[in-house]
Amino acid sequence: MAALETGMETVRRSWLVRSLRWVASHRSIALGGLLIGLIVLAAIFAPMIAPADPYEQDLLATMLPPSWGHPFGTDDSGRDILSRVLYGARISLIEVVLAVGLAVILGVPLGILSGMSGHYLDQAIMWIMDILFAFPGIVLAILIVSVLGPGLVNLLIAIAIFSVPVYARLSRNLTLGLKSQEYVEAAISLGISRRRIMTHYILRNAIGPIIVQSTLTAGTVILSAASLSFLGLGAQPPLPEWGAMMSDGRNYLGLNIWMSLFPGLAIMITVLGFNILGDGLRDLLDPRK
Amino acid sequence: MSNERLFAFARQAGTVSATLIGLLVLTFCIGRLMPVDPVRAIVGEEADQATYEMVAERIGAHLPLYQQFIRYVNDLTHGDFGVSIRTGQPVINDILHVMPATIELATFAIIFGAGFGIPLGILAAVQRNKPADHVIRFATLIGHSMPIFWTGMIGLIIFYAALDLVGGGGRLSDYYVGLVPDRTGFILIDAAIAGDWEVFADAVNHLMLPASILGYSSMAYITRMTRSFMLDQLNQEYITTARVKGLSKSRTIWHHAFANIRVQLVTIVALAYGGLLEGAVLIETVFSWPGFGQYMTSNMLIGDMNAVMTCVLLVGVIFIALNLLSDALYKIFDPRTR
Repeated sequence: MAALETGMETVRRSWLVRSLRWVASHRSIALGGLLIGLIVLAAIFAPMIAPADPYEQDLLATMLPPSWGHPFGTDDSGRDILSRVLYGARISLIEVVLAVGLAVILGVPLGILSGMSGHYLDQAIMWIMDILFAFPGIVLAILIVSVLGPGLVNLLIAIAIFSVPVYARLSRNLTLGLKSQEYVEAAISLGISRRRIMTHYILRNAIGPIIVQSTLTAGTVILSAASLSFLGLGAQPPLPEWGAMMSDGRNYLGLNIWMSLFPGLAIMITVLGFNILGDGLRDLLDPRK
Repeated sequence: MSNERLFAFARQAGTVSATLIGLLVLTFCIGRLMPVDPVRAIVGEEADQATYEMVAERIGAHLPLYQQFIRYVNDLTHGDFGVSIRTGQPVINDILHVMPATIELATFAIIFGAGFGIPLGILAAVQRNKPADHVIRFATLIGHSMPIFWTGMIGLIIFYAALDLVGGGGRLSDYYVGLVPDRTGFILIDAAIAGDWEVFADAVNHLMLPASILGYSSMAYITRMTRSFMLDQLNQEYITTARVKGLSKSRTIWHHAFANIRVQLVTIVALAYGGLLEGAVLIETVFSWPGFGQYMTSNMLIGDMNAVMTCVLLVGVIFIALNLLSDALYKIFDPRTR
């Protein structure tokens, strides 16, 4: 019995040692994962950790500096900034899931189709992608929002649209590389349907780089969404969106810096987390290493 | 020019013109999709039905869409980009008027971004996986992860309001506005021509903060690319050979490795310069900088259609040109891709 316990202890310790070693050799993934993990936890447990209701106004306690009662201070309507920042994490993560998801759902099939079919279809798809690519993302997003009208959902559609070419190009290039692999040629010779080849042979092997790209795009999504909300085109008050909070804070910049400081820090930590994580994943998948 | 190269050139020209046509279609569609009645925007809310009909007739609002499109392209080829509804001026004049402010800002930003970014990238490559490398990569990544308008706001509070080291919003302090004649639109050049160094210093003072923030945001990209180009070179055998022959480390780095990546760096910096346009839209808003970015966003918000269409077209053309430029540079300097 004692021997068995010692054995278990060794197993447990070696597991710990191994994971520590893994973390030490993949520091980017660990650090990025930690930052994103914190944001995800903040988003999930926001109702439990937030000291106050993010929408509750207290007009007798407006624009207070940080204190024990309000660690991040209060805004112009007396709302607790910490609570709003915590609830804002939820909105930011939803933004990421929706915008990246939509861009992947539209862009990846287009890219694979383009790479598999070649000829006119390929050229037509890439033509449209090149046109969309001819704009800096934020300009295109402002444009789309000015056509669709301001609002969080329209904003996310706009961000997804300007991210589509990124995924289309990436998956087209991956498809072109995979298409000439022997196992794909073998599958074609066996008479497996094109549709099945695209989903089971190409997509499955292209998924790694697509995940890396999604992680890197996540940072861009948050920055773009915040920027557009800051310009008044995205999330509308009283939604505790980080960009919208800073847009509000800008009006009181000389009086109260805390209203702008904390939402900005939250964005910086989240985007930094996604960028570090994406870099780490890219190194992990880089075959040259 | 061989047949093959002629063919490649024709192909390239075909692709570019296809993209340009697509851009025109897109711009046109935006103009039609915007929730603004172009006729109402000209005649105003009060106009009677007869005036409305007359203007609609004149600008061709009743024609079928494809005819309107032909008309639009035809106007463009004659250099007619339409009249801004807000200012009543030809849009192109308005844009030429705001452009220098943005070019001035972006040029200073790229000098800052590349001036620090390239040496840092080289240092990071030479010190690969050592503390200096990690610090450089982390510090530049932060610049890439901060919302640029936030950096601008916090920068204003610290360096303008608290420390009073730099000028606040705008291109000049109120006191200096209009002191030098407007010859080129570039305040620095105008002040230098007029020999008014006080105005020059004030302009630099106002330029420093927004330009360095904009430059810092582009530094992550420049540093990362420099580091990766440099690593590619340093891992090659000719570097080892040079070292074995007894060449000093700094000579190997600067005369051999760096000499080989200069072209790639020019391309990267050109692309980063174009990318600054994106940041300029936001930084100009925060710093009340009367440039192209602010002009474009404000017109999008109020729905000044001709102005928006021309801005969008211009941005698209700039980006297509930059992509072409980077392709061309690669072809010229890398014989393998010819």
